[in-house]
Amino acid sequence: MEASTVNNNFKSEEYFINMGPQHPATHGVLRLLLTIDGETIKKVEPDLGYIHRSIEKMCERDSYQQIVHLTDRMDYLSSNINNEAVCLAVENALQIEVPDRVKVIRTIIDELTRIASHNLWWGVMGMDVGALTTYFYAFRDREMINDIFEETCGARLTMNYNIPGGLMFDIHPNFVKRVKEFITHFKTKLPEYDTLLTNNVIFQKRMRGVGMLSKEDAISFGASGPVGRGSGYSCDVRKTHPYSALDKVTFNEALRTEGDSFARYEVRIQEMWESISIVEQLIDNIPEGDYKVATNAVIKLPKGEFYQKVETARGELGVYIISTGTKNPYRLKFRSPGFSNLSLLNHIAVGGKIGDLVASMATLDLVIPDIDR
Amino acid sequence: MNLSLSITKNIHNWLFSMMPETAASLVEMTTIAMVYLAVFAVTGLFLVLLERKVAAWFQLRIGPNRVGYHGILQTMADALKLVSKELTGTVNADKFLYNLAPYFVIITALMALAVLPFSGEFQAFDINIGIFFLIAISSIGVIGILLAGWSSNNKFALIGAMRSGVQTISYELSVGLSLLTVILITGTLQLSEIVEVQRNGWLIVQGHIPAIFAFMIFMISGTAETNRAPFDLVEAESELGAGFHTEYSGMKFAYFFLAEFINMFIIASIGTTIFFGAWLSPFGITESLPWLGVFWFLGKTLVLVFLMMWFRWTFPRLRIDQLLTLEWKYLLPLNLMNLVLMAIIVWLNLTIQF
Amino acid sequence: MTNEAIQNLISTWVPNTVTSELEFTEEESQFLNISVQPADLHGLMAQLKSNSETNFDYLFCLSGVDWGKELGVVYHLESTTHRHIIVVKVKTEDRETPVFDSVYDIWKTAEFHECEVFDFFGIKFNNHPHLKRLFLTEDWDGFPLRKDYVDDINMIVK
Repeated sequence: MEASTVNNNFKSEEYFINMGPQHPATHGVLRLLLTIDGETIKKVEPDLGYIHRSIEKMCERDSYQQIVHLTDRMDYLSSNINNEAVCLAVENALQIEVPDRVKVIRTIIDELTRIASHNLWWGVMGMDVGALTTYFYAFRDREMINDIFEETCGARLTMNYNIPGGLMFDIHPNFVKRVKEFITHFKTKLPEYDTLLTNNVIFQKRMRGVGMLSKEDAISFGASGPVGRGSGYSCDVRKTHPYSALDKVTFNEALRTEGDSFARYEVRIQEMWESISIVEQLIDNIPEGDYKVATNAVIKLPKGEFYQKVETARGELGVYIISTGTKNPYRLKFRSPGFSNLSLLNHIAVGGKIGDLVASMATLDLVIPDIDR
Repeated sequence: MNLSLSITKNIHNWLFSMMPETAASLVEMTTIAMVYLAVFAVTGLFLVLLERKVAAWFQLRIGPNRVGYHGILQTMADALKLVSKELTGTVNADKFLYNLAPYFVIITALMALAVLPFSGEFQAFDINIGIFFLIAISSIGVIGILLAGWSSNNKFALIGAMRSGVQTISYELSVGLSLLTVILITGTLQLSEIVEVQRNGWLIVQGHIPAIFAFMIFMISGTAETNRAPFDLVEAESELGAGFHTEYSGMKFAYFFLAEFINMFIIASIGTTIFFGAWLSPFGITESLPWLGVFWFLGKTLVLVFLMMWFRWTFPRLRIDQLLTLEWKYLLPLNLMNLVLMAIIVWLNLTIQF
Repeated sequence: MTNEAIQNLISTWVPNTVTSELEFTEEESQFLNISVQPADLHGLMAQLKSNSETNFDYLFCLSGVDWGKELGVVYHLESTTHRHIIVVKVKTEDRETPVFDSVYDIWKTAEFHECEVFDFFGIKFNNHPHLKRLFLTEDWDGFPLRKDYVDDINMIVK
């Protein structure tokens, strides 16, 4: 009697398996409750909150300068873009026009961050499908970006380089030279990525036709970033709502229409090329000028609601500030890309094998602190 | 003149002159067992180190370089660490089978080692059904893996074990058939005789096209037999954590780990013996120095081992259905056709002999 | 479509699709804001998506808000074809058992976001497939993002 109530919607061949919170493929503390029939996935139920720090609640007691520091800890792989999102929201609310120099530097560092993030993703992607060497190739190149960041602002990952009103300090005198060195280096190394992984027949067999996501579903699930663009959904915030210096550059939005894991993979590889092109367009034309505009020591936003979208390496990050005119936001909501992208995991993984789940989860490029916030 | 020959012969004669026949045989057998255990341990440790160095080389790293000269004592240190580690286990595990499983794996690996012809004289057990014995023994190892997965009472381990069962049973066919293809030339299963046949040219040369096919199939399915990447679904780190040995720690884990490397060595050794003339030197250049055979044998084997390491550090992992598709839809029919082709070549006397 | 045009279009739906009056405002926000009564929420949302002129097919942000006296949910909608954005707000004064209709059947992304709102604000959603505490444990006491939430041990109040 009791057994039948437990298993009422549960066929006898199916069983539960607990993937995570400590599991190599979940890239952090994500827990997936899998219902499996043999090797076939029947249901994926994410269980979140293992590193939830309630950043949104913390923001309600912090000043706007302090909030910027918290955003690093969400999507730590696009920390600079997160910082920028809050700064842009505050600047728009205060109607501050930041100098062109700031805009250009922000965009350059954003794109370098994107390359670094995609780089890490590529390495981990390879690991997830069993090619262990990719990780080291990716880290070889990512290290150069981190060195540039370290020289610029002292931090390698959680940068805190942006402040409302501009940048914390000016760029290092070596910055331009080292970025150019990196670009030259990376242009020769990026084709290696294709040789090692993209063109591998096993890899292609693993990725093609796996984790299918149609364009309608992508939009309905709120997918953004490379996940949406792999399904032919043009959702690049850099194109639809340009910010900083992105209106000054020309680049192509990486789009694939297949909607499978390989399409999402290709989108990210192409985005690295596009990011290189953006950096190349800007690096020689950093305007002279101030690196910040003076703001009040205590920033008080006018009463109202402010929304700022930016494109992080994972997709669309939204910062929604409700202000009552005090020095703290009344409510601050982060619309994180990973959270929406995770919600479609069940949709794309059901019917596949365990290996497919791991492969398609890797192409979602989840960063758990971004989901848990 | 014949150094290795004289040493073993001398020891044999000396033992039998010293004590009664039964005791002498016992002592001799024990000595041989000890020698093989030592070979086993040294090979295992060396291969682990080699793998780490090769991996480091592929991955733009330096690899272990702190313990001993260029890190050569690293694996010794690791082994000491593993010995001193606590043996953990799950509460609801089937204790008997859980403890038994590593020995299945390690003993089968040891048994297979016994028939390998390291040189003309250095072969413990020259049985007349050598190849058959090797294939039979190597398929027992999977029982250890199945037991480990089943008795651990862990679903990840169980999935790993079931994958292993499916994979090993499938790929054994290919290993067997690809060896059988070459046996058509030699007409014997005894390893020493197979080596003798190759004095007229290594079998991969004698059997030319079908032998090359057979060798390729053998390397693919051999890699699959040993559960190494790209066929490491049994462990599949990113999917199953550690697969069948998730719940093992310390020395019991080390047994599985060592067995994997020994199995790799065995597959490479079989490949060397069957396709590349075992301890025979190329074109007989060192025929006057038979004791060099060991170096030729190990040299050729290490080249094949390196090939398998190259696979591992380059390729992504297959999915379980792709793995089975590869075997049953591609390798097996190809193998059967190859067998017929080889039969025709042997029948029409089209083999290349020097 | 401009904000004005959207406002005019949506106003024409009032007696049929939406029973009660809607409030439109563009003050203190960069988008057009629509306040709707809880009973009309689902009807309005479905119409906003299905109407070919508005076609708000992308729910990019769903936030719970504690307005002090009222609890509410803010929906940010964008059309991927027309690229216009509106904000829909719904509020209730019932702080004990706040309930709104789920928009899960209109935008699938709402499934997770509504769970999050339930987790932190205690707002329930009708017809949600499985409303559960997504981040916090099932036995967590209270709803942390509400303004009246007190936790003397874990919360640092400046």
